[in-house]
Amino acid sequence: MFKLDKVRYKNIISVDDLIIKANETTCIVGESGSGKTTFLKLLNHMVNYSRGTITYRGEDLKNLDPVLLRREVIMLPQTPVIFPGSVRDNLLIGLTFSGKEPVDDNRLLEEMKNAGLNKSLDEEAEPLSGGEKQRLALIRVMLMEPGVLLLDEPTSALDEGTELQIIEYVNNYLRSKEKTLILVTHSRELAKSMGDRLINVNKGIVTAVEEVA
Amino acid sequence: MDGIIEIGPFRLLAAYAFLVLLLFLVRKQGIGKEKEIIISTLRMTIQLIIMGYVLVYIFEQSYFYVTLLVFAVMLFFAIRNIFARIKTPVTKKLSRVIILSMITGTVVTTFYFLLLVLSSDPWYEARYFIPIAGMIIGNSMTGVALGVERLIGDMKAKKQLIEGALMLGATPKDATLEITRDVFTSAIMPTINSMVGMGIIFIPGMMTGQILAGASPLVAIEYQIAIMLGILGSVSITLFMLTRLGYLTFFNRWSQLEENSD
Repeated sequence: MFKLDKVRYKNIISVDDLIIKANETTCIVGESGSGKTTFLKLLNHMVNYSRGTITYRGEDLKNLDPVLLRREVIMLPQTPVIFPGSVRDNLLIGLTFSGKEPVDDNRLLEEMKNAGLNKSLDEEAEPLSGGEKQRLALIRVMLMEPGVLLLDEPTSALDEGTELQIIEYVNNYLRSKEKTLILVTHSRELAKSMGDRLINVNKGIVTAVEEVA
Repeated sequence: MDGIIEIGPFRLLAAYAFLVLLLFLVRKQGIGKEKEIIISTLRMTIQLIIMGYVLVYIFEQSYFYVTLLVFAVMLFFAIRNIFARIKTPVTKKLSRVIILSMITGTVVTTFYFLLLVLSSDPWYEARYFIPIAGMIIGNSMTGVALGVERLIGDMKAKKQLIEGALMLGATPKDATLEITRDVFTSAIMPTINSMVGMGIIFIPGMMTGQILAGASPLVAIEYQIAIMLGILGSVSITLFMLTRLGYLTFFNRWSQLEENSD
């Protein structure tokens, strides 16, 4: 699905040769500050690599329409972004941005229940707690039915139990739909339990790729 | 009553009594701004005297290129003033948008006003062209300066929201829609507010001038209404162009925020 060849980004990332397969869960593991987030941003072309090539489904990223790419390869950042407006506005904004049909309230409520977000749709989104915002951002992305989900581990806002629960939910959902998940985490344990493959990153350099049996 | 009472140099000197009064009060209260007050008054006096002579010369000529040259000079200084007012650094691309917006907005409105609304004959008659162009350029300058500052500030302050929107597949235009709307509204509000107070809270400067010069207040309001609409038009066009083209300068061709790319 993704193929990286001699990719360099500033002094942060240096990847010589890497393949990320479709319909799998790939975990990128490394200490904080090892360039994991930047790595995800290279894949949805939010940052520009200075050297090398990245291809997505065989096409050079630089030849693809970045907006269309990001409608398919969707990234959920570590800190959830909340737009001004209600919970409903925030849930639907991804569909609006990407030009997709909005869904009705019933569907929204169902997804909120699945993700454990117990709020009213008309509530203002800004005062929600960190954890609730994270869930909201996650539901918003899931509604867009991404082909590839780039998930930057939501450590800051959630406790460990909740984090695990949410990631498990996403992972199972995407697997059932045969979609691709690329998960960035600092926890090898989590990566081993979720991922089909582990990519170890240290200071922006891939140190090892492991298949999980 | 026709014609205007000439003040003449001696009675004009009497008006400087206000300056003496101010200096006296400032000194007595120990505010210590005497030097600034004297320099400002001197500057005002000298600048206006020069302007008077220049205008006398310009009004007496009848060459269209002199009028156009004055127009270009005014526009040049207005654009320079915008850059002087903005405190944050402006990229080259945004500078080009500022210049283009100012030129388009003021040229279109000034010519529309002179040719269609006023239909002065000849169109380049400086007595009409220069003051009207001055008002249009001056107000557009204020609007653009406000708009640019707001645009740069918001693009910086709301960087996370913009990036969040881009990551959800938004086009740069959609990702900055709220910002460009806010920029337009906030920069055009002073013009709209000044229209609201007009005729109730104050008599606009141009009307005051015309009335003092002996024009009927009814003629003066016709001019005032027309020029206010002209100003509104020009500020709208410049701000529309500024927001429509301005946001684009913050993105590169891969729809990334400019500073993220190398």
